[in-house]
Amino acid sequence: MFEETDRKLCIICSKGTLDMAYPGLVLANAALMEGIDVTMFFTFWGLDMINKKKMNDLKFVPIGNPTMGIPNAVGGLPGMTNIATKMMKKEIAQLDFPEVGEFLDVIVDSGGKMYACKMSVDMFEDMNMMEEEDLYDGIEAVVGATDFMEMSEGAQIIFI
Amino acid sequence: MTTVRDIAGNEIEFGDDGYMLNPDDWNQDVAAELAKEIGIDPLTDRHWDVINFCREDYEEQGDAPTLRRISKVGGVPTKELYKLFPKGPAKKVAYVSGLKKPSGCI
Repeated sequence: MFEETDRKLCIICSKGTLDMAYPGLVLANAALMEGIDVTMFFTFWGLDMINKKKMNDLKFVPIGNPTMGIPNAVGGLPGMTNIATKMMKKEIAQLDFPEVGEFLDVIVDSGGKMYACKMSVDMFEDMNMMEEEDLYDGIEAVVGATDFMEMSEGAQIIFI
Repeated sequence: MTTVRDIAGNEIEFGDDGYMLNPDDWNQDVAAELAKEIGIDPLTDRHWDVINFCREDYEEQGDAPTLRRISKVGGVPTKELYKLFPKGPAKKVAYVSGLKKPSGCI
């Protein structure tokens, strides 16, 4: 019972929508709860998850999502993204899952390690989409893809 | 298949998953013995704060509390929970508290 594991998990988060942020956060937290070593790597739009100005304001976009049963013509109307986002956030809170920022705190407090992708940070800075200071304080470092390769040696990798 | 084991002088029934079947068979001596089994020895006051909260919460809610609930409602921060019950706090706490295997995702 409760044998120690040397299992290692790396989760690459590349998306910045609400529905694509939660799977990575839930999996990271679940793995930590199982005693698994967790490293998260945030790249491209995934940077929004660790951008202090955006993390708690990620959106769920109903357009192009057949599961929702909302025709694209309707889902594309002004305000629909905000309505859908509000609905999903309400559900998430009802299930007692934290907001993105608080979820990151929980993961860091549980021993998860987080890194931001250097290329994406450079690119977003060039495009004036963010500043490095906007990054969540729990981030260990901004690293390149080759550093990530070193860190993820022997790990199972999940790309989201 | 259930197994019956002698834990601190009590005959305790365990389910397939290794958790106690009947939370009412639990007492503090059982907790101390189960904790020792999984490498937590001795149980400090802080461990007891967590265990007592879980027992009380179970009485009220009928389920082992999630880690989030233990930290939010029980007042023991996540970081400390991982120190008290290293590498898998939710399951270890439930095990020591004589509760069923937790099913929550958080």
